Amino acid sequence: MKNKHLQKISFIILKMFPNFKQQYFLSRLFHRYRDLAPQLVPLDYTNQPDVRLPYELIGSMPELKDNPFRQRIAEVFSEDGEGNMTLDDFLDMFSVLSEMAPRDLKAYYAFKIYDFNNDNFICKSDLEKTLNKLTRNELTEDEVRMVCEKVIDEADLDNDGRLSLEDFQHMIVRAPDFLREVCNFHHRFTSTMRGKMRKKIQEITL
Amino acid sequence: MSEGERARLMEEVEEKKKLIANIRNKPWRMKRRLKHLKEAQLFVDKFEGALGKGKGRKLYAYKVMMMKVLMGLPYGSIPRKTVPREEQDTAMDYSVLTDFNEKKRNWCRTYTLHKCSSNFKTFFTLTHHGYCKYSVLFYGYYNNQRTIGFLKFRLPLSYLMVGIGTFGYSLMVVIRTMAKNADVGGGDGEDSEFTFAWKMFTSWDYLIGNAETADNKYASITTSFKESIVDEQENQKDENIHLRRFLRVLANFLITCTLGGSGYLIYFVVKRSQEFANRDDLGWYEKNELEIIMSLLGLVGPMLFETIAELEEYHPRIALKWQLGRIFALFLGNLYTFLLALFDEVNAKLEEEKDIKNASIWFMKEYFANFTANNPNETGTPPPIEPADVIRGPCWETTVGIEFVKLTISDIQVTYLTILIGDFLRALIVRFLNYCWCWDLEAGWPSYGEFDISGNVLGLVFNQGMIWMGSFYAPGLVGINVLRLLTSMYYQCWAVMACNVPHERVFKASKSNNFYMGLLLLILFLSLLPVVYTIMSLPPSFDCGPFSGKERMFDVIIETIELDLPSFLGTLFSYAANPGLIIPAILLMVLAIYYLNSVSEAYKNANNELKKKMQMARDEEKNRRNNKDSTNQVMKDLEDLLPNRSNLPPPEEKKGQKPKVKPGAAGNAVNLQKDVSLASVNPNARGPVTQAPGPRAPGPGNSRGRGQGPPPRH
Repeated sequence: MKNKHLQKISFIILKMFPNFKQQYFLSRLFHRYRDLAPQLVPLDYTNQPDVRLPYELIGSMPELKDNPFRQRIAEVFSEDGEGNMTLDDFLDMFSVLSEMAPRDLKAYYAFKIYDFNNDNFICKSDLEKTLNKLTRNELTEDEVRMVCEKVIDEADLDNDGRLSLEDFQHMIVRAPDFLREVCNFHHRFTSTMRGKMRKKIQEITL
Repeated sequence: MSEGERARLMEEVEEKKKLIANIRNKPWRMKRRLKHLKEAQLFVDKFEGALGKGKGRKLYAYKVMMMKVLMGLPYGSIPRKTVPREEQDTAMDYSVLTDFNEKKRNWCRTYTLHKCSSNFKTFFTLTHHGYCKYSVLFYGYYNNQRTIGFLKFRLPLSYLMVGIGTFGYSLMVVIRTMAKNADVGGGDGEDSEFTFAWKMFTSWDYLIGNAETADNKYASITTSFKESIVDEQENQKDENIHLRRFLRVLANFLITCTLGGSGYLIYFVVKRSQEFANRDDLGWYEKNELEIIMSLLGLVGPMLFETIAELEEYHPRIALKWQLGRIFALFLGNLYTFLLALFDEVNAKLEEEKDIKNASIWFMKEYFANFTANNPNETGTPPPIEPADVIRGPCWETTVGIEFVKLTISDIQVTYLTILIGDFLRALIVRFLNYCWCWDLEAGWPSYGEFDISGNVLGLVFNQGMIWMGSFYAPGLVGINVLRLLTSMYYQCWAVMACNVPHERVFKASKSNNFYMGLLLLILFLSLLPVVYTIMSLPPSFDCGPFSGKERMFDVIIETIELDLPSFLGTLFSYAANPGLIIPAILLMVLAIYYLNSVSEAYKNANNELKKKMQMARDEEKNRRNNKDSTNQVMKDLEDLLPNRSNLPPPEEKKGQKPKVKPGAAGNAVNLQKDVSLASVNPNARGPVTQAPGPRAPGPGNSRGRGQGPPPRH
């Protein structure tokens, strides 16, 4: 039984990922996606069924449930912009947030995550929202205002009072912590069973 | 035991056993019966094992073994390990550590060498020192044989080498850690380009999956923001310079007075304790007065300093450094006064030793004379003197060791009591009395105790300094300290979680902990000094310790070189020890230090220049984009010189053509991927960015693999 559906998904996977390791991870990811709502997600994906999982399910995943930006993350990666994710969106999200994604890609998506009003600029109100989410509203209004002014002061290169993608890129790429801590889902899903990997790969490809 | 003795003992045991069996039938009063029963049982327990039967046998064998282990055959001199005769009646165990006259029955049973006095009268009388003084914890235990045992282990040499080697190793480790920290963190409060921006966008750790960790992370992010905000605000404050300077001078004057006062207090108390040493009727307070006063000063001093420091109005990070520095000075002053007083005592003991040397020689002569007088018919050597009866000198090293152990123990006690009372009891009171009190205890006055990180780290540093100083004379001190650290960790961890709130002050003294490592280094050096001084200049006791009988402690090294190493090495060392060689070597090292210092200064300057250049280039870039005039006067003049030329082409073109190559890293990374339209996007003609991830419906046919980046715009 397991072999069959793995073979079916392997059609998609093989096309996209010649790398065996990635194939293995993807099949695990598919199972993670499916485990969120088994009754909604079919095992057979060859016909590209239109299945979307609502935001509540995504937001309750262990990787995301403590993250202050989980709603924005789900919105950014979902097709409809509301947080309801298809399997493709789901895979997209995990691939960008994994350790294998290149830095510039992460920076690009980070910019989109912090852009709350989706106007392709991080303006002052976006900054205020970010700060309040980070500190859970512990700072006073004056302090919040001061911090946001300072951020714009530091990072805004074209002096339009808001951060464009270049400003953000320029600033984030020098940050020492960026790759290590930000946007990294790392171990959680990528592997806990490296020992069984070879066996699984054989199952998939045969 | 001889045959006759055995038989006699067996008879007695039998008698006692019969008594136990028949005691019910005796027409005695209850009190008398109980007394006799107890005595008989004691007797039987003790000696039945010796006779090789009964339940007591194993216990007896264990006791004998423990005796042998404690005596440490063959690693120590027997007289040093036996309790002297005059002290036996009053000796109790571990009283050196506590000086509480507690009677511990079970200890007595396993560790006695002679009958432990079960007399409750002694509970209330003073003890002299007790068994620990003669144990492996202290210097006096070790024998001075040059080599021991089959493998010719050189005990005195190894004692000295280990003592000095500990210092050398600690020194290396501390300096290496400091160097590593200097590499990583750099200075504190450095002028970073994007402090706030990085804090905002990169502080959340996406790996967090636990609600409690998330709470802690939120709190730490908030604290970090507050710290930066205060930092920023401090930079913008106005100053009234003269008033401020006057207040600072006043504050420093007050603090110097306090330090002087505490130094004098300690000196006074030490003198008093020397008087006490001659008296006999001391209560617990008098015996421990010195240590109690020192610990109390350690508690009260910092609070006083903090109050006075409010006059100064420094930036919080600098104020914290001053505070820590003052506490450090207080501690050092106390410790050195204590040491000076200790030196007085040591000298007194050295004087005493001369008398005792003579006395012991007399004693030996007398003993032989008596022996031959009493047994005129026997020839041959008389049996050795019973160990407990040998006259022994006052072992000054052990005294010093004892003082350090007492200091450490009282430090431990004070710390634990402070936490128990100051934090735990306080938390209990605040929590439970709050229901029936007029004002809000939690928000108002007592509230919960704060966990003072810097104070605690400083306490650890001081503790370590004391251990370094004392461990040469009391090797067991290190073990005691390890136990203390282990228990203290769990204890304080519990106390923090259960009773403390985070500290109000949000600053760390230094980002890379180099400040504390600097203090540690200083204390290491200062604790090295007394030990090295005593090794080099004080003569060791004549009959106790691994260096007994030598002129100076380091003579053991000379002895080893002469006797154990091949002769050419000996001549080599004697050449190397020539002042004509050593002084130029020292000069060379001083010059090397000077050179390295100037090289590092030069690098620092070069660094600052580069930073300035980068800042200027950034400003230029900013201004150029905004079509503004250059802020740099030089550039402005140059522009004016060049006729009719605007070096600012229309913004759209400019942005369209020019790849974003900024001075410094990232330019290349941005341009690498041709797909990525990030760099060349025209802000004025931006398409809907949300489409970037591209059409998915065709799905697998799309040869753009995932993870390669958003596709080119169509």
